[in-house]
Amino acid sequence: MSSESIALTAVREPSRALSDWLYSWVTTVDHKRLGILYILYAILFLIIGGIEATIMRIQLIVPHNHFVSPQTFNQMFTMHGTTMIFFVVMPVLFGFANYLIPLIIGARDMAFPRLNAFSFWLTAFGGFLLYFSFIGGNGLYGAGGAPDVGWFAYAPLTAKTFSMGHSTDFWTLSLLVSGFGSIGTAVNLVVTIVCLRCPGMSLGKMPLLAWLNLVMGAMVLIVISPLTAAQVMLCLDRFLGAHFFDTQAGGSAVLWMHFFWIFGHPEVYVLVIPGFAFASEIIPVFSRKPIFGYPIMVAATVAIGFISMSVWAHHMFTVGMSSYGNTFFALTTMIISVPTGIKIFNWLGTMWGGKLQFKTPMLFCIGFLFQFLIAGLTGIMLSAAPFNWQLSASYFVVAHFHYVIVGAILFTIFGAFYYWFPKMSGRMYNEKLGKLHFWLFVIGFHLTFDFMHIPGILGMPRRIYTYEPGRGWEIWNLIVTIGVFFQIVAILVFVGNLLYSMFKGDPAGNDPWDAWTLEWSTSSPPPEYNFARIPAVRSRRPLWDIKHPEDPDWKYE
Amino acid sequence: MSTTGGSLLAASLFSVRSCFAQASQVPDIFKPASTPADSIHRLSLFVLIITALIFAVVFCLLAYAVGKFRHRATEDGREPPQVYGSNQMELAWTVVPVLIVLVLFFATARVIHSVQEAVPPPGAIQVTAIGHQFWWEFRYPALGVVTANELHIPVSDPAHPTPTFVKLLSADTDHSFWVPQLSGKTDLIPNRINSLWIDPHETGMYVGQCAQYCGTQHAKMLLRVYVDSPEQFSNWVAAEKQPAQSTDAVAVGRQIFEKTACTNCHAISGTVANGRFGPDLTHLMSRETIASGAASNTHENLKLWIRNPDSIKPGSLMPAMNLNDQDLEAVTVYLESLR
Repeated sequence: MSSESIALTAVREPSRALSDWLYSWVTTVDHKRLGILYILYAILFLIIGGIEATIMRIQLIVPHNHFVSPQTFNQMFTMHGTTMIFFVVMPVLFGFANYLIPLIIGARDMAFPRLNAFSFWLTAFGGFLLYFSFIGGNGLYGAGGAPDVGWFAYAPLTAKTFSMGHSTDFWTLSLLVSGFGSIGTAVNLVVTIVCLRCPGMSLGKMPLLAWLNLVMGAMVLIVISPLTAAQVMLCLDRFLGAHFFDTQAGGSAVLWMHFFWIFGHPEVYVLVIPGFAFASEIIPVFSRKPIFGYPIMVAATVAIGFISMSVWAHHMFTVGMSSYGNTFFALTTMIISVPTGIKIFNWLGTMWGGKLQFKTPMLFCIGFLFQFLIAGLTGIMLSAAPFNWQLSASYFVVAHFHYVIVGAILFTIFGAFYYWFPKMSGRMYNEKLGKLHFWLFVIGFHLTFDFMHIPGILGMPRRIYTYEPGRGWEIWNLIVTIGVFFQIVAILVFVGNLLYSMFKGDPAGNDPWDAWTLEWSTSSPPPEYNFARIPAVRSRRPLWDIKHPEDPDWKYE
Repeated sequence: MSTTGGSLLAASLFSVRSCFAQASQVPDIFKPASTPADSIHRLSLFVLIITALIFAVVFCLLAYAVGKFRHRATEDGREPPQVYGSNQMELAWTVVPVLIVLVLFFATARVIHSVQEAVPPPGAIQVTAIGHQFWWEFRYPALGVVTANELHIPVSDPAHPTPTFVKLLSADTDHSFWVPQLSGKTDLIPNRINSLWIDPHETGMYVGQCAQYCGTQHAKMLLRVYVDSPEQFSNWVAAEKQPAQSTDAVAVGRQIFEKTACTNCHAISGTVANGRFGPDLTHLMSRETIASGAASNTHENLKLWIRNPDSIKPGSLMPAMNLNDQDLEAVTVYLESLR
């Protein structure tokens, strides 16, 4: 062998290692790696969706602005909504569920590891298909165009007559594809939680994170189906001349609304219940107390799951339903605030009398409690149908659901990031940067979404690319846009903190929070097989039992 | 904790009215001038008070817990007492919300019924509103009047109410009729007949706009409602019923209008123009705005609108007419004669 060939091998070595590393990630069926892939994928789309939001807010900073054209603005709000719901919040929640569920129930992996990988790649493909519309949306004539029909794509705007080219088809197909991914993951979650719990973990001793994800998985199975059916019907309308939603041939616009919202409203709970799950793990640990009223927390979650299937038409109070229909949906919507309120009080009960440690995850959960309270109360305002006739489709509604999705769900997701980052990476995040992220985001969030309620009350509809001066909307829109820049800086601090801590953080150890659930009993990051020996548990807090043999939980449960 | 944001929100919800009480044309839902908006306003104040009370109670509990139960460095490392729950407390915070929900529900159901089940009295005005991309067509079938974008209705005297009942139709996509000070919004949906009613008790001009995303120019599908005194209204009706008058001075412009594509979409009564895709122009100059409120109705704006509609409303369905300067001026002068 000549010296030349030795040198060549030496040069090739690192690139071979890189491709092996990539290959191992692309072909992985390990629930932890798939979880991390989901999370990274969601962060990528969070940044894309955030850029779209920023473009909209710059356009609305003053009346009659010319930053973007109406066509671009309409694409931005469509893509922002679709991206944030389907390609940020759902994947990130699936990612955490994937990573945490086997660890927290003492299993070695999900029930169907290959289905798991398949579901992830379907979801990923769905997102990329949606974004391909930017170059392929108008068909073969070169000029691309993203969907511009709004994230709930009301008929008949999606009919061929009003939406030419293929932008709407990209929207339909990408949701269809990622919907199959969601169904695969939901099946996997439900089966894993039902069948793979470690010895001793009866349903009543399961951590709330597992319970809530079980409810979420079951809901996904039910609610993705009408969405998928509606997308298939829309495809038939657009390609085969069916007339489900094509009003010019006698189809029904209201039918689409029913299909969409019987998916769309339970979907809110599909997203918020895993957020509740994070809060239900984080708040007890940083209050140093067990969750207050475990049985009623489970019951309230299951109740929310059921009731959420009966509230969808509160999105349709203005479409001219009969007074009886409106009354029914006002009632069901108000009723769902009861189990939701129970949860808030039980989290407060958990904190009451504890010794609160204000680490970053706990700060985000306290922010969540405060904002979810307000989101719930504006939700009650919207449930009063006549009040809704004024508020619906206005900026008040936009503010309300961002209070839910950002103020509640995203805050718990950030809490979860910081709480489980040491487990996932084996290193501690930087606490100072974490707190900076929290405060910047709180300021930005409240500047943006508190003041966004007001133009809605003053009659500003959503989805308008510009507005008339002199209606009292200018100052509020200016403040709202300023808040966005605080949020951008906060997100940069967050990503910077993750990247820095990934490589330079202090070693975290197995159990940095002195926590009580099984994921903290294995090493950080956990080995591929999770547990050298499958653990056996006697209570909901197995690590508490080990740490406090004189006062174990199983004596009281 | 984000207390500032919260109190700002709470304060702003209540102080919005006072901030802008002076400004004109603020379509504030808390300044109703008509009956359905009034009853909605009363209900919303009731809901706001209840939610504000709930907020105050829960927020105080949260703030107290955060302040009182913080871990202090001076304490020993012992865990606090482990409390697993309390059936009495949990029952309390289940039953009390149920009672609140019942109260809210009955208040809500009452208003739903009073607004939706209202029957038109004999003196009611009937209007058909048809939503188009991106403008409003208004037809008064009993009065024989057709107009666009600016709705005129009479003020209603409580002794002899003359409320306006609006039948809502759509020619293309979904739209929504929303004039916040007069009533809540109701959608205009193709293949469906919806309705709303207005019983105004103050004269004046009220602004609103389309509130259901309807396509590219959803933002500039503006809406004006003029609540006239009974005399103003009957004068307006009498004028609108007349066919268009034109003099020889504008004959050139009229000829160009009638020989170009204008007549495919626009109608002018008393002439050959009878298109239905665009607004009826018979009494164009009786309106203060053009392009569904996107521009004021002036000579320059009219000309610009005919020459290049995209410069006022990009994406509107009105095509650029490509007239030469002379013809453009003549057509504009003709349109300005349509009083």
